[in-house]
Amino acid sequence: MASLTATAPATVLASGRRSRDANTPSVVFLIGLWASLFFGVVVLLVLIISTAIDALPRLDGPLVADYYSGIRPEQTGFRAGILGSMWLMLGTALLAVPLGIASALYLEEFADRHRWYNKLIEVNLQNLAAVPSVVYGLLAVAAMSVLGFDRSGIVLGGSIALALLILPVVIITTREAVRAVPREIREGSMALGATVWQTTWRQTLPSAVPGIATGTILGLSRAIGEAAPLLLLGVAIGVRFDPNGFLSVFTALPIQIYTSTSQSQEEFQTAAAAAIIVLLVMILGMNAMAIYIRNKFQRTW
Amino acid sequence: MPSSTSTSAAGPPSGAGLRPVSLQGRRRPGEAVIKAVLFVSAMISIVTTAGIIITLVRPSLDFFAEVEVLAFLTGTDWGPTRGEFGILPLVKATLLITLIALIVAVPVGLGAAMYLSEYASRRTRKIFKPVLELLAGVPSVVYGFFALAVVTPWLLQDLLNLEVGFTNALAAGLVLGVMIVPTVASLAEDAMSAVPLALRQGSLAMGANRMQTTLRVVFPAALSGIGAAIVLGLSRAVGETMIVALAAGALPSTSLDPREGMQAMTGYMATTAGGENPVGSLEYNTLFAVGLTLFVITLVINVISIRLIRRFRQEY
Repeated sequence: MASLTATAPATVLASGRRSRDANTPSVVFLIGLWASLFFGVVVLLVLIISTAIDALPRLDGPLVADYYSGIRPEQTGFRAGILGSMWLMLGTALLAVPLGIASALYLEEFADRHRWYNKLIEVNLQNLAAVPSVVYGLLAVAAMSVLGFDRSGIVLGGSIALALLILPVVIITTREAVRAVPREIREGSMALGATVWQTTWRQTLPSAVPGIATGTILGLSRAIGEAAPLLLLGVAIGVRFDPNGFLSVFTALPIQIYTSTSQSQEEFQTAAAAAIIVLLVMILGMNAMAIYIRNKFQRTW
Repeated sequence: MPSSTSTSAAGPPSGAGLRPVSLQGRRRPGEAVIKAVLFVSAMISIVTTAGIIITLVRPSLDFFAEVEVLAFLTGTDWGPTRGEFGILPLVKATLLITLIALIVAVPVGLGAAMYLSEYASRRTRKIFKPVLELLAGVPSVVYGFFALAVVTPWLLQDLLNLEVGFTNALAAGLVLGVMIVPTVASLAEDAMSAVPLALRQGSLAMGANRMQTTLRVVFPAALSGIGAAIVLGLSRAVGETMIVALAAGALPSTSLDPREGMQAMTGYMATTAGGENPVGSLEYNTLFAVGLTLFVITLVINVISIRLIRRFRQEY
């Protein structure tokens, strides 16, 4: 999300008199700033390397091909979790993307910003973006019982929780992408007799697709690692079958990581580390895809 | 992308005003229908908020029919299985862990933001911003594992020789701090980048060096935005679940010693939800009462942060 907000203008000043910056406090200060910038890099490296070392004995075929096994922890696998997470992503995307784009288009292209209800939507979005993810789990439990399901730990329940969770992110990034399309393109279309919706659908939206895709993928990559709302939904743990639809009982990779980490046997810790590597690869893949789309298709006007 | 953001901010969007007509002057009812559909989609966010409030309040009312509100808010003994419902130990654990997280995240986040905004070349920024994003993209359950498998045994026990338990508030707080660094850094950087160049030029022209300019001109000028960054990080930390559930422990405690394990509000919710509590039971309602408390706390924090953000947007 961060990089999609405005990047800084060129604030770095070409300083011709470096000598003023060459005294001790300045140098110490600069080193401090450098250190805090590198802190993140170092932690990220330590995290990845140490987890990879822990995971090394279990980076094998059964890890992704077998089901969970409580009796033989050295052979436990995450097949059900990986497939469950994929179903979950599909469901989340199907719910969050159309809703998010529609909301963003309304707010950017149709809403009169001076109306109180539109202001309310704006403030509400900012607030929703910061609601803790566990709370979305409780909301989805209630939503599932309203919809008439007696079990909330199915793919649909998880998708509702995660879709509502990432909706603010999708809306905010879509709005930024739509806002970046120059006004002249809209005016040109309107001048040729197109209506507002025709202009939006045929001109504005296609031009904004790369930005929307980037934001959506980043939102989904956040959703795939979420465990807290799923935990509250009562998502199953020892699932030993592949999920086969949106109404199927399932488990997700982060949930399996959580339960494996909480077990005392050493083998489960190793398995958890290996599953984390799988999860990180999935997330890194999604991030790489987002960055690729951003660099390849992003137009600057 | 950012260079053109100002183009459409000039006036209301074209869909806001006049009734849609075709070139022949005929009305276009389809346009109004589409606008209504989009409006309904946008209203989903309002429905979500209303849904959250209803979801949390209804079971909480049942809960408070059995447990006194005052006993819940001021009691110092938390043991739902024993019939003790004083939430203070959970709140205390949440606040202590959040405080540790802020001690890590505020200096590191602001330092990184100052470097990126005031010192970094375009290229450096292009390299480090994605790294910060990656740090923000690591799932919290992974951070929880990291706290248990690396921070507690290696950093705290071996390197620093601290007498810490297997689960402890210190490791949870430190890792939580790492998790919110990107939040603090990116918002604070936005705030500092929004300070007009003229202020810096004025400061440099008066003979100040770059450190003085950064600390005494840019930092105060961006203060409300920086405040918003910290407050948003705070709200993230309070609501974070998986790190706290894994690394801080599952035993409620009134101790203020960060080397001990303690159960936080979100930690309680995560561990209790795993068990099977029948809908409508006291255990089930307790979950929602704790959820409501958490929601109210984060709501207050968010409102403060939204106010601060609005102030820094208005300034320049």
